[in-house]
Amino acid sequence: MTEILMPRLSDTMEEGVISSWQKKPGDPVAVGDVLVDIETDKAVMEYEAYEAGVLGEILVGEGETAAIGAPIAIVLPAGSEVPAQAAARPEEQSAGQAKEEVAVAAPAPAASAPSDPAPAPASGPAAPAPAPLNGTPRGTRPPSSPLARRLARDHGIDLATLTGTGPGGRIVRADIEAAVRAGGAAAPPQAQPAQPQPAQAAEPKAAPAAPAQAAGVDDADVERVPLNRFRKVAARRLTESKRNAPHFYLTREVDAEELLAFRATLNKALDPAKVSVNDLIVKACATALREHPAVNVSFTEDELLVHKRVNVGVAVAVEDGLLVPVIRDADRKSVSQIGAETRELAGKARAGRLSAQEMSGGTFSVSNLGMYGIASFSAVINPPEAAILAVGAVRDEPVVRDGQVVPGKRLSVTLSVDHRACDGATGAAFLARLAELLERPLLIVA
Amino acid sequence: MALVTYRQALRDTLRAEMLRDENVFLMGEEIGLFEGSYKITEGLLKEFGPRRVRDTPIAEEGFVGAAIGAAMLGLRPVVEIMTINFSLLALDQIVNHAAKIYGMFGGQCSVPMVIRTPGGGGQQLGATHSQNVELFYSFIPGLKVVAPSTPAEASAMLKAAIRDDDPVLFLENLALYNTKGELPAGTSSDAGAAVAGGSGGSSTQMLIDSIEPAEIGRAAVTRPGTDITIIGYSRMAQVAAEVAETLAGEGISAEVVDLRSLRPLDRETIVESVRRTGCAVVAEDDWLTYGIGAEIAATIQEGAFDWLDAPVRRVAMAEVPLPYAKPLELAALPSADSLLTAVRATLRSTGRLAALETTRS
Repeated sequence: MTEILMPRLSDTMEEGVISSWQKKPGDPVAVGDVLVDIETDKAVMEYEAYEAGVLGEILVGEGETAAIGAPIAIVLPAGSEVPAQAAARPEEQSAGQAKEEVAVAAPAPAASAPSDPAPAPASGPAAPAPAPLNGTPRGTRPPSSPLARRLARDHGIDLATLTGTGPGGRIVRADIEAAVRAGGAAAPPQAQPAQPQPAQAAEPKAAPAAPAQAAGVDDADVERVPLNRFRKVAARRLTESKRNAPHFYLTREVDAEELLAFRATLNKALDPAKVSVNDLIVKACATALREHPAVNVSFTEDELLVHKRVNVGVAVAVEDGLLVPVIRDADRKSVSQIGAETRELAGKARAGRLSAQEMSGGTFSVSNLGMYGIASFSAVINPPEAAILAVGAVRDEPVVRDGQVVPGKRLSVTLSVDHRACDGATGAAFLARLAELLERPLLIVA
Repeated sequence: MALVTYRQALRDTLRAEMLRDENVFLMGEEIGLFEGSYKITEGLLKEFGPRRVRDTPIAEEGFVGAAIGAAMLGLRPVVEIMTINFSLLALDQIVNHAAKIYGMFGGQCSVPMVIRTPGGGGQQLGATHSQNVELFYSFIPGLKVVAPSTPAEASAMLKAAIRDDDPVLFLENLALYNTKGELPAGTSSDAGAAVAGGSGGSSTQMLIDSIEPAEIGRAAVTRPGTDITIIGYSRMAQVAAEVAETLAGEGISAEVVDLRSLRPLDRETIVESVRRTGCAVVAEDDWLTYGIGAEIAATIQEGAFDWLDAPVRRVAMAEVPLPYAKPLELAALPSADSLLTAVRATLRSTGRLAALETTRS
């Protein structure tokens, strides 16, 4: 018997959500078979089996969360029989349900005097709270009623911190309410249907009222949308970045005339393949970084990490947030290679199928809002990188060339720099070289 | 307000409907000269004559089929089948004809008939005469199945059933016939009321006349409560009310939902109640496996999953052909005691019973 543990699938992951089980209890498992899809803070990833056997029991159901290292399933030796009670739920049931015990009735009435609270007779199954197969391994989600889970969510209570008083240790509503009374509520409760409690007047412990509601909680004009994991993680990391990394900003106007002409020439030559302005910018950044290694760094409390490889992250807007897939060794890749890779990764990002591998290891990032008509903006640095380039739209503007005002193409780029890792002059030198590459684009590929 | 038996309410309602609409007529075994095995049709042959109160041979398939034909041609037959056990002899007529004709023939012809029939054990009638097989009919699209639990409801629903254009199985219960209930005092707008006090009229006839037809397909919260929902129909709705009363004495506030209609099933009322209370016990008078309670439990988990604090329990008959011997028969039938046991166990599993017991001790 082997426990499958929640794997660490990304640097920033602390817990994972079971997205869907690809095997059900009783299924044979071969090495390399995909067991389960796990949603991390960044993406949904497939998790493969490392050893063969039979899937015995699923400990963490679809939609449930487990911390890294917590057992999520048990694999039995090949040929093992799996008890029927561990059978998976039919697929048509919605995800987000834990494995609930089967509700069993008292089919035959108690033939007893009314005063004698006899249990259900033995002619039928009694109402059991079956212990999970092999007992409940430590660290798994405790059993809880759907109502308890909902109230815990509303009150911001972690079920793992509670002890259930229901059958088989099931956490029930009473346990959540006790936790709320004990001050375990991290958030004011949401409006709920009125559920009056039995009188507690005679209870030895006085029950203080629920915490006061924050203003606006019950505002009919406000819709409350729960944060998904992406949002939560992004919020934490962006706050960290702005709080810990002293940003300074360097802006340059670039003459993009040559860049656009060069792109047109390239696209004619590459047809039907295409490269975008952004692909050229990524390549230019990589080339400039190779020449200015002082920007290709990460600041830590004790040392400066100087990265030997140039991995450029490209910010991609997805439906529920922002993802930054990484083009590895961008300085050694052709522009068309960078373009193809960026499109593939962006597609994966939007489909939520980016692997942690594809999002980690960046040493610099590029964020482009040009397609939205943004002239210029300042981006938040993507930790632990030292800098990020914010790219605006190419604009038609009059420019002065050889003492004449002529129509020109202008592009504004802003470098956000972590002052702990780089100084102004370092950033400015890098940006000057970048601008030169963009204005004489043949140098990008030279 | 006046107290009236379930039996009397049915009888007076049949009479009122016959006076109101001359297309309404009665058929069944022993309903005329003998005035019904359970005396529901007392005095009606005398009042309306053999054209409208017809004794039939002991041939359920034949007379149910005849009633279907009469209904298709515009009459409104009310068939009495002596007990629901004997309706099985007419199963093909009910399921394959009455329920299907309207849909199969593109709505050209409806079948406005009622089959009244009592179910129920506990009368020492033996296994073949004590079943509750309303499930067989509740399962069939094209039929309506109602199961009133009080005299006032029986009257309101019988009116609705007779006036409905679809075939309606009107489920009665042997144990309910002698139960008494209040009739709401009302002012009558019914045409039949004018004839009250005639040869067949009773003291309650005026009140029966003024009862409004019920809406078929609506359950009712017959007792509001906050701690647990108990769901029942027909006899078990009464048992649930009794149990809720007992629990109230212990400081437990049980909500009672009387289904009243098995098809259409009022899922909304069930789900809304469980969303308020967080747990439920279903009391059914049939067998557990595949029974009516299974449908109710499924409805609850679909509609109130996030509000459930405990699994939904069902209290039902022992899975045996009902024994004849009295002690065995009593033991096999779901009772107030068995329902109390299930309710307490459910409340205990949510921690609420313990809280109450602490409060009381």
